Amino acid sequence: MPVVKSRPVWGRLAPSPFARRHLVFCEVAGLGAVERAFAGTDSIRQRTSLNLIVPPDFAPARSERLDALGFEAVHEFPSVETVLVRLRVSLSQAAMGTLLYLAGGEAFLDQATCLAEACGVAGDGVQTEHCGSTGRRVQCVHCKGMMADVTMSPVVCDHCGLHLTVRDHYSRRLGAFQGVCADAEAPGVLPEPTRIDA
Amino acid sequence: MTIPFKTETFRDDFTFSNSEAAIRRFPFPFDRDAYMYAVNIEQHMPGPAKSATEFPIDIDEHYVAEMADRDLVLKADPLRCQSLPHMMTAEWDLLELLMTSMARDYPEHFSLERSGREWHWINRPLGIDQRFTFEDPATLPLSPMEYITRQCQGDFCLLDQRDDNLWMDAGIVTTQADWSLDFDLGMNFIEWHGPVPLAHEIGVFERALKFLLNLQQGRPVRRLNWTMTINPRLDTSPENYHRWGIDRTTVTPDNVGDKVHLRVELQALWRLPRSNAIVFSIRCYLIKMRELVTQPKWARRLHRVLRDLPGELADYKGLTNYRETTVAWLSKYDDGAPTSPGFHPD
Amino acid sequence: MSGETIAVRVVAAEAITPTIKRLRMVARDGARLPPYSAGSHTVLTMASGERVIRNAYSLLGSTLAGGAYEVAVLRAPRSRGGSAFVHDHVGEGHELTLSVPINLFPLNRRARHHVLVAGGIGITPIGAMADELAKVNASFELHYAVRNEARGAFCGDLAGRYGERVRLYVSERQERLHVHDILMRQPLGTHLYVCGPEGMIGNVLADARALGWPETSLHAERFLAAAGGAPFALRLAKSGVATTVGEDQTLLEAIEAAGIEAPFSCRGGVCGECELPVVSADGEIDHRDHYLSAEEKAAGCKIMPCVSRLRGRELVLDL
Ligand code: HEM
Repeated sequence: MPVVKSRPVWGRLAPSPFARRHLVFCEVAGLGAVERAFAGTDSIRQRTSLNLIVPPDFAPARSERLDALGFEAVHEFPSVETVLVRLRVSLSQAAMGTLLYLAGGEAFLDQATCLAEACGVAGDGVQTEHCGSTGRRVQCVHCKGMMADVTMSPVVCDHCGLHLTVRDHYSRRLGAFQGVCADAEAPGVLPEPTRIDA
Repeated sequence: MTIPFKTETFRDDFTFSNSEAAIRRFPFPFDRDAYMYAVNIEQHMPGPAKSATEFPIDIDEHYVAEMADRDLVLKADPLRCQSLPHMMTAEWDLLELLMTSMARDYPEHFSLERSGREWHWINRPLGIDQRFTFEDPATLPLSPMEYITRQCQGDFCLLDQRDDNLWMDAGIVTTQADWSLDFDLGMNFIEWHGPVPLAHEIGVFERALKFLLNLQQGRPVRRLNWTMTINPRLDTSPENYHRWGIDRTTVTPDNVGDKVHLRVELQALWRLPRSNAIVFSIRCYLIKMRELVTQPKWARRLHRVLRDLPGELADYKGLTNYRETTVAWLSKYDDGAPTSPGFHPD
Repeated sequence: MSGETIAVRVVAAEAITPTIKRLRMVARDGARLPPYSAGSHTVLTMASGERVIRNAYSLLGSTLAGGAYEVAVLRAPRSRGGSAFVHDHVGEGHELTLSVPINLFPLNRRARHHVLVAGGIGITPIGAMADELAKVNASFELHYAVRNEARGAFCGDLAGRYGERVRLYVSERQERLHVHDILMRQPLGTHLYVCGPEGMIGNVLADARALGWPETSLHAERFLAAAGGAPFALRLAKSGVATTVGEDQTLLEAIEAAGIEAPFSCRGGVCGECELPVVSADGEIDHRDHYLSAEEKAAGCKIMPCVSRLRGRELVLDL
């Protein structure tokens, strides 16, 4: 697979001792990374708030696990959409010295980093770690519709119905890969489906 | 000298063609019989009289028709012209650069009078007479970038410079070789070049970026890029690829001369004064194979370049479906004689 | 790269404090000087007898300068060079050469808020920034530390122009600039710009880092590294020409001046067109290009004459 320069490069969470506030936004799949990164740093944990997307089936073991984190605050949200609304408000109210941490699947990271960037938080002001779903967000270049969690190419556009090849070309502003008509030069003839989440 | 502007189309019935004079001034992009990516940057100095580089901004016989085509593209898809909010100063810089160059170099067609901030712009070919206040957007009917680039041939990108990189934060792109401004907006130099094969590995982009970060006011540079297009279609956008892609399957030995076009982009870069941004102009020139082979050296050379082009480049440029047919057709014009070095016809 | 230059004449030279002299310059040919962005500097070239002195100075904000170019020159305590020359010899009518403005200290135009910190003469680029931010209605605050009000260049101007957005700290009045407190209360997405004495810049940046400000939000003044260098002898083996590469000249320019045609394209050290084989180098080749690989540079068999030169006595090229 060719190395393409516009793929996002996700990192590994490593809390900075200098930051005065730590804002964590994550999916359940990213919780393990958060536990690892924040282990053993009491002074940091006391200045950390966690915003977690909790699907309905996560209920059982959760309270113990969340309590064990020892964070200043833990907030739960039912969906990516709602947590993103919170993210926007948090960033607009936060002060310099606040570091943002994001952990979760590709589609969540795509949307959260793109929102952070729009709020002027980018580069070394945000840390990311990829965990869980490797399905990508894809934008259809023809109708501009967005799809979350795409794992195969070609894929049928949810919005306009064209068969799209997912190019290894990523827009940080849109937080999405580019989908382009797969059979324009040979209508009906589609390339072998391949996994793009490997 | 007044330019005789043509009435022609770049879609539907495709009546575009080049006059003999336009063929002679075509910016042929190959100075040898082979092609590979390189940091082919040179200073944007005035070229010979009547050539495409005689003036910094080139206006030619296709001007009026191209501006009409741009209007159609923007009507159908306003996202082809976008600017992030912090780019307003760069937009004014661009307006100044284009108006002053056009008025200075084509005084019979354009004029600009400036008295402090009060400017008076006249564009005769398009019948425009506009008084406005420089740096006051309320005095123009459109944003400064869209206003002036609807009156100037070529696509334009405005690049903000920060964090030792260039960021594509504004542009108007309606005559592109299959890339999307809406998608690339907000990307940096390395990111928007992501899909280009081979060039990253040989260090082309890293070196080019270092050079551009130091680009100085008053020292513009240029480079040539090329691809091929079926039918003289200016707007080969990814957005509409599902409509025009099929054209690539319509090439037959009998229609190569009229259907297949060499598409050359004369790209120039200027450091802008007030914004410290860089403007990147992408001026597209099309020539039919039938027109190109009237220059024997160009015919021989293009035949050899196309025949020997690395597969990755041919695929990336979208030539694969019709390369063989075109090479076969061009071979009739290549007697194997040596070609002289340099771009110019013999 | 020896860049574009502008011939100017000094039309006003005024000591605005006992140690700061402000020069106001216009183009000698009467043409309008190109506008520039805040944070830009220009390189002043002055002839002092045989000696050529070249110093970089920040340009004052264009509103403050009213269209002409203005720089403010602090007399460096033990200066034997540019600042002493400006103070002792440059007055009204003096002719100088300027580089076109170059900006290595630009504003980040996407910032949500800008904190500008200046100490002493560091106000020149910072004042230009305030000027530009005010013009585009961007959110900013300016903190300006001076020894005393008389010595603080532009104190009055700034206060008049930006009102509450400016805070002055006069050390003779025991007013201290507590950068730490200022940095504690800035909204996320703020950028910090600092210019002043080296020690102050270091302290401000250290404070910001300790408070968790990311590197990409911190900006301090930078000038263009000096072009040119010490002169050296040049011999072109094939053409049998011997000449000197002057301190203001590039190697390529010296070759051209000797009447020898050499290939070139970008004249900025990236395209590779001007590469020349080295026969011998009595000294060390100062490779300044981005074209040759590290190994090629180390081997010393090739040179890109548009930007690179010799630190030493004589260079012999196969040309
Ligand atoms: C700074 C202004 C520039 C802009 C805005 C720009 C933009 C672009 C874009 C959008 C593409 C299409 C990529 C795609 O497939 O999506 C492209 C291709 C390319 N660019 Fe640039 N570019 C710039 C400067 C340069 C420079 C200085 C070089 C010098 C080496 C360069 C070399 C190339 C090459 C080799 C390609 C592939 C073209 C082809 O094979 O058709 N670009 N550029």
